Amino acid sequence: MVNTFTKSDPKSHYVGPGAVQEVVSRTLSVLVDNEPGVLARVIGLFSGRGYNIDSLTVTETEHEKHLSRITIITRGTPNVIEQIKHQLERLVPVHHVHDLTLEGRSLERELALIKISGRGENRIEALRLAEIFRANVIDASTEHFVFEITGRTSKIEQFIQIMTELGLVEVARTGIAAIGRGPSSL
Amino acid sequence: MARTMTGAEMVIAALCDQGVEHIFGYPGGAVLPIYDELFQQEKVKHVLVRQEGGAVHAAEGYARSTGKVGAVLVTSGPGATNAVTGLTDALMDSVPVVCICGQVPTHLIGNDAFQECDTVGITRPCTKHNWLVKDVNDLARVLHEAFYIAKAGRPGPVVVDVPKDIQFATGNYVGPSNIAHKTYKPRMKPEQTAVREAVDLLINAKQPLFYTGGGVINSGPKASQLLREIVRLTGYPITSTLMGLGAFPASDKQWLGMLGMHGTYEANFAMHDCDVMVAVGARFDDRITGRIDAFSPGSQKIHIDIDPSSINKNVRVDVPIVGDVAYTLEDMLRIWKSKTPQLDKAAHKAWWKQIDQWRAKKSLAYKNSRDVIMPQYAVERLYELTKDRDPYITTEVGQHQMWAAQYFRFEEPNRWMTSGGLGTMGYGLPAAIGAQMAHPKSLVIDIAGDASILMNMQEASTAVQFELPVKVFIVNNQYMGMVRQWQQLLHGNRLSHSYTESLPDFVKLAEAYGWTGMKCENPAELDDAIREMIDTKGPVIFDCRVATLANCLPMIPSGKAHNEMLLGDDVTEEEVEHAISEEGKVLV
Ligand SMILES: Cc1ncc(C[n+]2csc(CCOP(=O)(O)OP(=O)(O)O)c2C)c(N)n1
Ligand SMILES: [Mg+2]
Repeated sequence: MVNTFTKSDPKSHYVGPGAVQEVVSRTLSVLVDNEPGVLARVIGLFSGRGYNIDSLTVTETEHEKHLSRITIITRGTPNVIEQIKHQLERLVPVHHVHDLTLEGRSLERELALIKISGRGENRIEALRLAEIFRANVIDASTEHFVFEITGRTSKIEQFIQIMTELGLVEVARTGIAAIGRGPSSL
Repeated sequence: MARTMTGAEMVIAALCDQGVEHIFGYPGGAVLPIYDELFQQEKVKHVLVRQEGGAVHAAEGYARSTGKVGAVLVTSGPGATNAVTGLTDALMDSVPVVCICGQVPTHLIGNDAFQECDTVGITRPCTKHNWLVKDVNDLARVLHEAFYIAKAGRPGPVVVDVPKDIQFATGNYVGPSNIAHKTYKPRMKPEQTAVREAVDLLINAKQPLFYTGGGVINSGPKASQLLREIVRLTGYPITSTLMGLGAFPASDKQWLGMLGMHGTYEANFAMHDCDVMVAVGARFDDRITGRIDAFSPGSQKIHIDIDPSSINKNVRVDVPIVGDVAYTLEDMLRIWKSKTPQLDKAAHKAWWKQIDQWRAKKSLAYKNSRDVIMPQYAVERLYELTKDRDPYITTEVGQHQMWAAQYFRFEEPNRWMTSGGLGTMGYGLPAAIGAQMAHPKSLVIDIAGDASILMNMQEASTAVQFELPVKVFIVNNQYMGMVRQWQQLLHGNRLSHSYTESLPDFVKLAEAYGWTGMKCENPAELDDAIREMIDTKGPVIFDCRVATLANCLPMIPSGKAHNEMLLGDDVTEEEVEHAISEEGKVLV
């Protein structure tokens, strides 16, 4: 096991009033046994200890081994992030916690389904923009489109923003799935 | 080898295979099949408590006085919810407890069935782990896993929820296996580079201090042994948290007494001024650190803990060491000895001289009285008159608890059982029952408060039924003294609902339960009365009437630093009332 503690400056144990720690965003990948209640444990840990969840996705990823992967985007000072990781590792069904942000730039993707409603100019404009964003039409009538778009969160948010002006009526998003770059695995 | 049996039989078989001799419990509809099996065997002795909360505290007392896992059996619904306080208590104080709960049959789960509650949902945040068993063929494995999880690493409570149909169903029983747990493998052996770094820091320290906690006790008797060895080898001073008392003998000259909110002057000042601190199985709780940004500002900190999440949680440290206390101390001793270190003798001499000056403050001194029994005096006399009998002490929560920690002196680990993290009133009597069950021949005393004792008074019946001669020594100040003290400190001495009105006649109460009742209010008669209590064969309630308005001092008022203590002897009522600033008031 590697030492997972960050070093503090010698002789300086406190984040003094002048040196407030910056809040950072981190992508954590948590490999867990897919057993009943495991998600409740993880979520309960976050709410019980007052940590933030910006996004959370979970599905079984290795069926034979009963393993699920929970991807959590969280925010906090580096101290809090370190606590979150150690607290997660302490849960009995948790195999590993990986800080994808810390371990190198991670690949993060999200999928969104976006419904546009209306006729006329806006409709054509929506379709044109969808093409630029590489969104697929997965349902359509003379008065609506449903687009499917994948990409980084920023891209999806930009697309949603634009569509708001063009008759957006509904959005469903998956939350972020993330994986590390390169040949090695968790 | 697999054997076929019912789920209820498996529970007994697993308890036997895990070496459980006593289980504390209370029956009900959803555990009847298990109770039926208990009835038909003699290996596991069932201790019938009078409320399920008592069962968990009794199991805690049993566990903490033996180092074994405490076992509990309760029914579904109210049985399980009554256990929640005890489970939370065990979680906060890292006590290994396995609590087996009955549950409504699987097909009724989720239907709001009679006495159904979401036990795993309710106990998820107050256990180390829990399981709902839905297949009888998983039951044996889960039970063995439960004992492993409760005990391994940082110990804690676990719950196994067993629906009634699973108790009746037949399946394969498997014994405990030696196969390593899939995911839960706490690190026992420390990283050597960190240990070396720690030893180097210690060798070069000028004002070193050991700060030890409950983790030393949890690590086992070997850890206490090694702690004594390293403290004596280094010649450095040592203090401990409430939970760690007994790991190092209080009679030793290197012992500074307990630290923290009600710790000694010398322990807290040494914490504040040390240059190297070794935290051993302690977790920098707010009752220890006081104002966090003024906590031991000039020290390099070494932290030994089996739970990585304890490290850097409240206070950032310089040398984190994840590992079991015993393994780590063993390594530290070995490395220290291999170095024949050159210590800064002059600096250490000056450090001890400084400590002696702090000691000279005599922070535990109090004004005694000829007319009324001072509570401190009561505990002091209780200690003097029982110390040769190697007693086991439990407490309730409040001033009496702190006085017990200050004036009772412990020489050995596992003799001191108190609710530290959760501060649960009502802990002491059932915990004493658990400890007495494990040590039938020993003297077991619950140092109690007049308010706290009423919270689990019903367990007096349990003591009678199982012939447990526990002694309940009530430091009766007729107040929720600790609440009253805080009202004086923080709320203009408006004593809102902290007077314990309509107290029962404790002597008659004792007699009603079949105990011996005693009362003493005269300091001159106290010694004889205590002797009589000890010599009485069965359980005794000793109603010790003490001064009603004594404050528990010394004290670090909330929001203050270690070197801003309120001392006992010279403090005026005025100063007490103005000791806490506006910012300090919002802290607990
Ligand atoms: C279950 C529970 N409820 C409330 C409290 C808050 N509390 C802490 S100490 C105390 C008073 C205890 O009074 P007593 O048992 O008489 O002890 P004393 O302080 O007088 O020695 C109270 C109410 C608690 N710790 N536990
Ligand atoms: Mg009282």
